[in-house]
Amino acid sequence: MISMALLELVDLHVEVGGREILRGINLAVNHGEIHVLFGPNGSGKSTLINAIAGNPMVRVTRGKIIFKGKDVTGLPTYERVKMGLGVAFQHPPKIRGVRLGELLQKMASKLAKERDVAKVASAVNMQGYLDREVNVGFSGGEMKRSELLQLLVQSPDFVLLDEPDSGVDIENLAVVANAINQLCEANVKPSMRVKSALLVTHMGHMLKYISADRAHVLFNGKIACSGRPDEILKQIMEHGFERCAECLQKREEA
Amino acid sequence: MRLEELRRKAREALAKPPAVGPDLDVSTFRLEAEKPREGLGGEVLERARMVGLEPSERDRAGTYLQLDHYALIEKAAAGGLEVMSISKALESYDWLADYYWRAVGVDSDKFTALAELKRTEGYFMRAKRGVKVDFPVQACLLIKTPKIAQNVHNIIVVEEDAELHVITGCATSKAAEGLHIGVSEFYVKRGGRLTFTMIHGWSEGIDVRPRTGVVVEEDASFTNIYVNLNPVKTFQSMPRVLLQGRNAKANLTSVIAASGKSFFDVGGAVYLKAEETGAEIVSRVVAKDEAEVVSRGLIAAERDRVKGHLECRGIILSPTSAVVAIPELEARARDVELSHEAAVGRIAEEEIYYLATRGFSEEEATSIIIRGFMDVDVKGLPPMLVAQIRRALDLTAKSL
Ligand SMILES: Nc1ncnc2c1ncn2[C@@H]1O[C@H](COP(=O)(O)OP(=O)(O)OP(=O)(O)O)[C@@H](O)[C@H]1O
Ligand SMILES: [Mg+2]
Repeated sequence: MISMALLELVDLHVEVGGREILRGINLAVNHGEIHVLFGPNGSGKSTLINAIAGNPMVRVTRGKIIFKGKDVTGLPTYERVKMGLGVAFQHPPKIRGVRLGELLQKMASKLAKERDVAKVASAVNMQGYLDREVNVGFSGGEMKRSELLQLLVQSPDFVLLDEPDSGVDIENLAVVANAINQLCEANVKPSMRVKSALLVTHMGHMLKYISADRAHVLFNGKIACSGRPDEILKQIMEHGFERCAECLQKREEA
Repeated sequence: MRLEELRRKAREALAKPPAVGPDLDVSTFRLEAEKPREGLGGEVLERARMVGLEPSERDRAGTYLQLDHYALIEKAAAGGLEVMSISKALESYDWLADYYWRAVGVDSDKFTALAELKRTEGYFMRAKRGVKVDFPVQACLLIKTPKIAQNVHNIIVVEEDAELHVITGCATSKAAEGLHIGVSEFYVKRGGRLTFTMIHGWSEGIDVRPRTGVVVEEDASFTNIYVNLNPVKTFQSMPRVLLQGRNAKANLTSVIAASGKSFFDVGGAVYLKAEETGAEIVSRVVAKDEAEVVSRGLIAAERDRVKGHLECRGIILSPTSAVVAIPELEARARDVELSHEAAVGRIAEEEIYYLATRGFSEEEATSIIIRGFMDVDVKGLPPMLVAQIRRALDLTAKSL
């Protein structure tokens, strides 16, 4: 059977620093879908993103990552990126001495894509930052916008967004959401959309601007619960993550 | 009288090993070189371009060009500026004796001694009182004949309230062997400003021993930018800057890309000898292959209300290369502010990963990070020099 999913995780087990953080993740994201990933601090959301992107700091001990129908579990990051993966970091590192504009130009020329970097930058209110060193002295919100700016230049088919809304003020939240919608082709008819996203967030605000298709709760190294984003969010708000754990327990007992 | 005394001291120091860095048997180098028949050309010219020589002399306030032991061009193209060979200058100006071997001791070691006893030219530059020379003056010292010792003595005088920007390049043809001794004495008078950018493109067979002394008077400033592009055999240099007058400032910045079997012992020492003086020493070192770099820095505070900061960062690219950082701070007064930071290590994996998510291979990411690492602050230099330095650094990052 040919998988329809753009990204598929099969029984994924992941270790960080010798500790097992993810214990059997199964997840499929289809073309044109936006999935939201909730979960308490330390539950392994960033670890999951790292595993999908191929960060050498995390180790897949079991299971598979299938992207565009191909098993990419052992592939280096930049090969996955060449295939159309993109990542917005929760905590991007400083790249000293490298200007943001310079990096964007290098990315564009590597992709052999015509990009009006200045224009893309102004779409995320970052036009004044092209001469700044990448992530050096950026405020929390600037850092998030810079991540999205880089993704907009890359324009990948599948974006991993690790808390793009954390620390972003109300006005900029709309800017960030706009950028995400642009990345996910929100203006295209749903049936025609091909680009997808996995979005990690702690806040419901974001979901007012973005129409997500599905949400999952990561708890105790597993997807404890999946469903409609608004319903899942409501559950978490009312009962906390504990309730999700119970849900998982019930399923495991069954 | 004084000259005889200098020569006597030099003779006595001819066997004196250097205070730091590897010793050399100077007798293995030839002290004579034939006067070159044709001018510059071929590979040497190419290398000269690489270290900043603008052969057309466009946008340059003056040019001094020396090949082996001979001055080929000595020209000043701006009012209030003088550029000439040191021999001509010493003949022309009796007062130059007051600047000759005053900032560097003739008996410091065998190299200074040899530079006095077997001097093979060097340049003299002078910006007259109040003159601001906008375009940089270029100096280029080249070695073409194998196995020679090029022993130059340079003097730069920036008079009261004058401003001078100098870019000097030193290069050899790739295959050359030899010794380069460069004695440099710089004097920046009250309110004056000197920026000195040096780009080196040596080769694997060359031993290099610059001996630099700088005296900076009240309200004057000295900026030294040093960029090394190519491997050498051995290199040892520790410019000594004396901030003599109140509110004198010094900034020493160096970028060393060491590859092959190069050995570098490179640093700078600034002595804060007057109140309200300030110094900053910044060094960036990248070592690969079997190269070894000793990176030194010394700031000595001898008066109150002075400030100094020393920063040394190193990247190690291979397990057989070495970086040794030796930052030193000396406080001999109470009201001083001295600090240093040093960090040596490999490139952070997190940064490589970050750039990988932007589509760059490990090799490409490494080169981007190294280029960024070498991107030192060159504020206060004329734009064309900044561009020149950028080009040199681009070349270096690519070659690593
Ligand atoms: N290098 C490491 N060594 C040991 N443990 C690590 C390492 N890196 C991460 N961890 C641990 O892995 C767990 C999952 O971390 P992760 O960053 O994936 O959580 P998260 O769900 O993204 O949390 P947050 O909401 O705070 O961003 C945490 O307990 C964290 O401390
Ligand atoms: Mg996280």
